[in-house]
Amino acid sequence: MNEVVSFFSTTIRLAAPTLLAALGIVFSERAGIVNIGTEGMMLVGALAGVIGSYVTGSAWLGMLIAVFVTVLFSAIFAYFTVVVKADQTVIGTGMNLLASGLTITVNRALFGASTSPPEIDSFGIVAIPGLSSIPIIGPIFFNHHIIVYLTFILVPIAQFVMFRTNIGLKVRSVGENPKACDTVGIRVGLTRFLSILYSGVLAGMAGSFISMGMVSFFTEGMIAGGGFIALAAVVFGNYTPRGVMLSSLVFGASNSLMYRLQALATNIPSQFLLMIPYVITIISLCIVSRKSNKPLGSGKPYIKE
Amino acid sequence: MTTILEMRNITKRFGSVVANDDVSFSVRKGEVHALLGENGAGKSTLMNILFGLYEQTSGEILYKGETVNIRSPRDAINLGIGMVHQHFMLIPAHSAIENVVLGYEGNAAVLDLKGAAQRFTEMAERYHMNIDPWELVSNLSVGQQQRLEILKALYRDVETLILDEPTAVLTPQEVDGLFEVIRQLIAEGKTVVFISHKLPEIREICDRCTILRRGKVTAAGLEISEIKDLNELARLMVGHEVELVTEKTLSEPGDVVLNVENLNYTNDKGIHVLKDVSFDVRAGEIVGICGVDGNGQSELIKCLTGLLPATSGKIELMGNDITGSSPKEILKQGIGHIPEDRHAMGMVGQMNLRENIAMVDGHDEPYSSHGFMHWKWIDDFSRKLVAKFSVKTPSIMEKAINLSGGNQQKLVVGRELSREANLLIAVHPSRGLDIGATKYIQSQIVEARDRGVAVLMVSTELDEILEIPDRVLVIYSGRILACLDQCDCTRSGLGLLMAGIEDDSEEQTA
Repeated sequence: MNEVVSFFSTTIRLAAPTLLAALGIVFSERAGIVNIGTEGMMLVGALAGVIGSYVTGSAWLGMLIAVFVTVLFSAIFAYFTVVVKADQTVIGTGMNLLASGLTITVNRALFGASTSPPEIDSFGIVAIPGLSSIPIIGPIFFNHHIIVYLTFILVPIAQFVMFRTNIGLKVRSVGENPKACDTVGIRVGLTRFLSILYSGVLAGMAGSFISMGMVSFFTEGMIAGGGFIALAAVVFGNYTPRGVMLSSLVFGASNSLMYRLQALATNIPSQFLLMIPYVITIISLCIVSRKSNKPLGSGKPYIKE
Repeated sequence: MTTILEMRNITKRFGSVVANDDVSFSVRKGEVHALLGENGAGKSTLMNILFGLYEQTSGEILYKGETVNIRSPRDAINLGIGMVHQHFMLIPAHSAIENVVLGYEGNAAVLDLKGAAQRFTEMAERYHMNIDPWELVSNLSVGQQQRLEILKALYRDVETLILDEPTAVLTPQEVDGLFEVIRQLIAEGKTVVFISHKLPEIREICDRCTILRRGKVTAAGLEISEIKDLNELARLMVGHEVELVTEKTLSEPGDVVLNVENLNYTNDKGIHVLKDVSFDVRAGEIVGICGVDGNGQSELIKCLTGLLPATSGKIELMGNDITGSSPKEILKQGIGHIPEDRHAMGMVGQMNLRENIAMVDGHDEPYSSHGFMHWKWIDDFSRKLVAKFSVKTPSIMEKAINLSGGNQQKLVVGRELSREANLLIAVHPSRGLDIGATKYIQSQIVEARDRGVAVLMVSTELDEILEIPDRVLVIYSGRILACLDQCDCTRSGLGLLMAGIEDDSEEQTA
């Protein structure tokens, strides 16, 4: 029984950073931006969070700083894709390479290459009083980092904003047909720019949660494809916050399964076990063939005649 | 009547191209004012300036007597100017009502779609337009989408409505419905600017007209009622005399070139799209297929050209069974195909003219041998073709996308006609083209017929169907309802058949 509880609890914990980043991406994707650079944004957020926490001594202030820095970083992506109208894939890839190099350099410059990681404040487990003591349900759902709760609370809010509000309609529309939006007086560029910054906010939170919640330190390249998995979660979740939650849980479960199998010390080489989440990502993307909500104007810069 | 809108000395340059050259345009309150001109004459540019999508290089705009500065569509909408674009500005993935409220200034942060839908439905009923506000736009017909666009503008309380080539995509019945709506708008004191190059409908619905040619005004504010001869308007538009009727002698049909027997096609959604279609086309005759878009024409042509597999039935070309052959094999048998959508199927926009010309037969002599292209020969051939079909282009190295629609179509028609096919399939050959280009392409098709080519033509334009084919097949819901000799065709008779209403007295030879 303990194994099962632990499996589901881990699933939720591991799904959270993917879900958090994906809840940002789902808005920028809907606005017509393919944000390949999420991986890099999360990486920047992870390091900025650790530095912020180290300097201020507070995980919360660390995350705030991470969000600020990541938004600045995503503004570079937004500037080149929306204002300069450069190719999103190329710029996104560039952002990832830049983030990789930048975080390595800054990390080594500040903390040295070989020394042990600095002591920082990080997010602890917050058991919800009362609820967490319910058998089985309690440990699975109500014994997590506070960011995990916030992430899952954000899902219905994001769903509401996307489908019920004026802003949500605008975001969904500029991704489908920017020209039509132009003719009804919507500022397409601004809407897309802000959608990218918003995805930067959540990528920064997700990245810093990984470095200050999942673990308490920064290591080079620690996002390890998490940004791409979040992108995949958005496609697999068919571009809705609710769908993204389900797909993130699938990826969380596959990660959780991998850890379980590793712990069981089977004869399967660990390299194969490490492949599980990625293989599941690929397979799940292949089987998505139902009517896609992918925006018609996805990936295309809007150029006024 | 007072003047509601005045555009004074508008000039618009795109780089070195002058799209509008000192254009003045004045519209009275409560009239339907036609803005006439060939494609590329600058009609849409002028209206896009008025609607705030472009900014004029010089000139001023007065609305209700005051100078206005329209910098964006929002400014135009706030002044009370609405526009229905030729290519609809709708989002197919959203519901009708979402499209209506999109960008509306009165929206609350949390949308009240139910309230909006109620207001929308009341408005739609007032204009006798039935649209379910919750239906996805992708499920609406083209005519419904246009009505939605008009309602979208009316929802914003516009007083002046610009309609950019509104009839280009409509069936005759839908055009009548549109005209009813326009009349109702005028009765309510609104003003309509009607962009078109179709002369008969201008005469039917418009009060006055302004004509543009190559960016300049050639006639301003002509009273339509005072115009006796449509040729006069055509001359002002085109700049020289045009024959509004394509000259054509009686056909002398020869042997059967294409024979279709009991062709059936069921699509992947299980819909029986073509039902026992049988007909033939003989050498030296033009057979026209007329019908409202979406009644199986597109699938029929795709079955004939090998792009779709027929479910059952037989297709014979010059006595050879080509049912189930690949498009390449069929093309080799001598079919020229002017496809319905030149952008999607007829050409590759990003490739230059000579590449587009070499595209169909490029793998054969004399275009190439052993996989190597003979560019020298292709260049010579391309230059001849471009000259022969008067394709206006700076050079054969120009990208096809940079040509005007008419010249792109001439390129496709020229390529297909020069393949010396036995059968020419021409689908909407004049769609989106102006009078000059339309007449040119029609005359080329008639000329091919006179050389003994069998021609199968698909069109939704009644004017074209009444004029060009020697025999007319009416297709409705995947079935050939009637086969008529051209002399037996009447506008009203065809209109009824296209709507699926069979008249027993009509002689049916199919």
